[in-house]
Amino acid sequence: MTSDRVRRLMVGFYILLFFGFLFGPLLLMGAAAFNDVSYPQVLPWQGFTVQWFAKLVNDNQMMQGITNSLWIGLGVVALSVPIGLAGALVMSQIGRRGATIYYTIVISPVLTPGVVLGISTLVFWDRLGTSVGAGYDTLFYDGFFLTVVGQSSFISAYCMLVFLARLQRFDRGLEEAALDLGASQVQVFWKILIPYLRPAILAAAVLAFLSSFENYNTTLFTILSENTLTIVLAGKVRMGTQPDLSALAVVIMAITLIGASAHEILKRREAAREKAALAEARGEAGRLAPARLATVPAG
Amino acid sequence: MSDFVAVFLALLLALLVALIVQSRGASIFAALGEVKFVERNGLVISAYMVTAVSVWVVFMIVLPMLYMVDFSFRHNLPPSEVGGPEDVHTLKNYAYLLLGRKGDEELLNWLHLGVFVRTVLASIFVTLLDLAICYPIAYYMAQVAKGGRARLLVLCLILPFWVNEILRAFAFRILFGTSGVINSVLIGAGLLEEPIDFIRADVALYAGLSYAYILMMVFSLYNAIESLDHNQIEAARDLGSPWWRIHWRVVMPHAKPGIASGCTMVFMLAAGALAAPQILGGPSSLWFTQVIYDWFNQGANWPQGAAYAFVLLVSCIAFVLAVMRTFKVRLGEIAR
Repeated sequence: MTSDRVRRLMVGFYILLFFGFLFGPLLLMGAAAFNDVSYPQVLPWQGFTVQWFAKLVNDNQMMQGITNSLWIGLGVVALSVPIGLAGALVMSQIGRRGATIYYTIVISPVLTPGVVLGISTLVFWDRLGTSVGAGYDTLFYDGFFLTVVGQSSFISAYCMLVFLARLQRFDRGLEEAALDLGASQVQVFWKILIPYLRPAILAAAVLAFLSSFENYNTTLFTILSENTLTIVLAGKVRMGTQPDLSALAVVIMAITLIGASAHEILKRREAAREKAALAEARGEAGRLAPARLATVPAG
Repeated sequence: MSDFVAVFLALLLALLVALIVQSRGASIFAALGEVKFVERNGLVISAYMVTAVSVWVVFMIVLPMLYMVDFSFRHNLPPSEVGGPEDVHTLKNYAYLLLGRKGDEELLNWLHLGVFVRTVLASIFVTLLDLAICYPIAYYMAQVAKGGRARLLVLCLILPFWVNEILRAFAFRILFGTSGVINSVLIGAGLLEEPIDFIRADVALYAGLSYAYILMMVFSLYNAIESLDHNQIEAARDLGSPWWRIHWRVVMPHAKPGIASGCTMVFMLAAGALAAPQILGGPSSLWFTQVIYDWFNQGANWPQGAAYAFVLLVSCIAFVLAVMRTFKVRLGEIAR
């Protein structure tokens, strides 16, 4: 009995240690943002201040980076959600032999190091640009365009995986019923498939945006002379001497944590709703039968 | 350059031929309507699906990769000479990684080879470390914890990993820096006289990398262990198996695909990491991705950088294949 208790204690201790490792560094970084020292550190504690946050707002480079990151994130969402959807639909219809090859190809960007993706995108558009004789102010040398395309190559695969998971539970009978009743394929797509996939579309969009927003490896190569938040950030962190960095960290952490919590809650609620719908359907089937019996004589 | 144009023309030609073949004897649309895929999805939706997927596969995955590989076999030329008589294929970019500059005293390019080997070994170390750290947690979450508690643990695991990887690395700088938390505490407690330079010793880098990719490992293991029927563990226990043998003979064999997928993910992410080595790496130690970046940034020798990137990619693929073979799992089980 005591050995069992010791073991349980050890497990508890390990879990505590593990989550300490997970959250400790982030909490300390957060604490450094409020420390009144001109170097990002927690100890010695010199008193509470919010001046680093004020400094942050006045940093033009940083603000420009954030704006650029937002636009690129929207671009990636606009490109990779439709591509991911098409990719998932093709995957669900392709034959067994083709599926393996197809899946290997489209999933390969997920397994490719981000650096390599960035370089291949950069080289491809650069060579293409030279071969058609495009100038440096064209799309081929546009940092925003290259970044959106480069990031979308693997983010589309993320989206595809989200859609595939939901499509697995899709009842093809609904589509066939609609077609039998005279709907066109386009109507089936918009009125049945898209509404069914709506939660997945939302989840994929959030995932795509967040992945884009925090991407560094690919962006570093494709962004050329522009700046995104992560690029500005990495430059500053490498110098690593200003406490307004930790202030920024706190702001970004707060934003991402809210976003991530929303994403998780959406996912959970979706799962719960599905379970409830299933249970209700089951319960209704049981309840309806006697109810109908009761109404028949009255009618 | 002419071969690049050729690739393009061939592609267009193939598309055209496909269309013409299908339209023979009837209008293109009627013929398309008979293709099973189009029949099922309708013309508009099939057009959308085919266009989106081909743009993705051709212009975002396959062609960029082919161009990069081709580019890595070329000389570093100014734009005016591209396509000229000088623009021929060469092996010199790869020879440079292996042998270094001609006329060097050393036979091999130890500087870059050393960085490469160190990156691979360090990534393997980080992978094993993550596996060791994550296995108990994944097992606990998947088999021991129940209901709401398990869900809470999962949420707690996910949240830190939405924080930007650069900020996560920065957090480790605050922790491990010369005036960082650990040094301050140790000195304050009188255990140290002088601060230890964790960054120079690469402790910060390994800790930061292990931290950065823990999530991949935990979830790969978690998904695999969760599908194990708890009765099997009970049965093994009832039959008198000690706890370590239960793990070795029951849980781990079942979790093999998860272990394989976690290991490949962590290895590839660690080997391809750029932000963490830039921020946490010591001044004397480089990561292979940093060398690649330097060829693009300061070295201004793109073909050389492309060659190095291709070497990185090939070694990652080799690692995945090796893991797949050792654990006898398929790609579909790894990339989920």
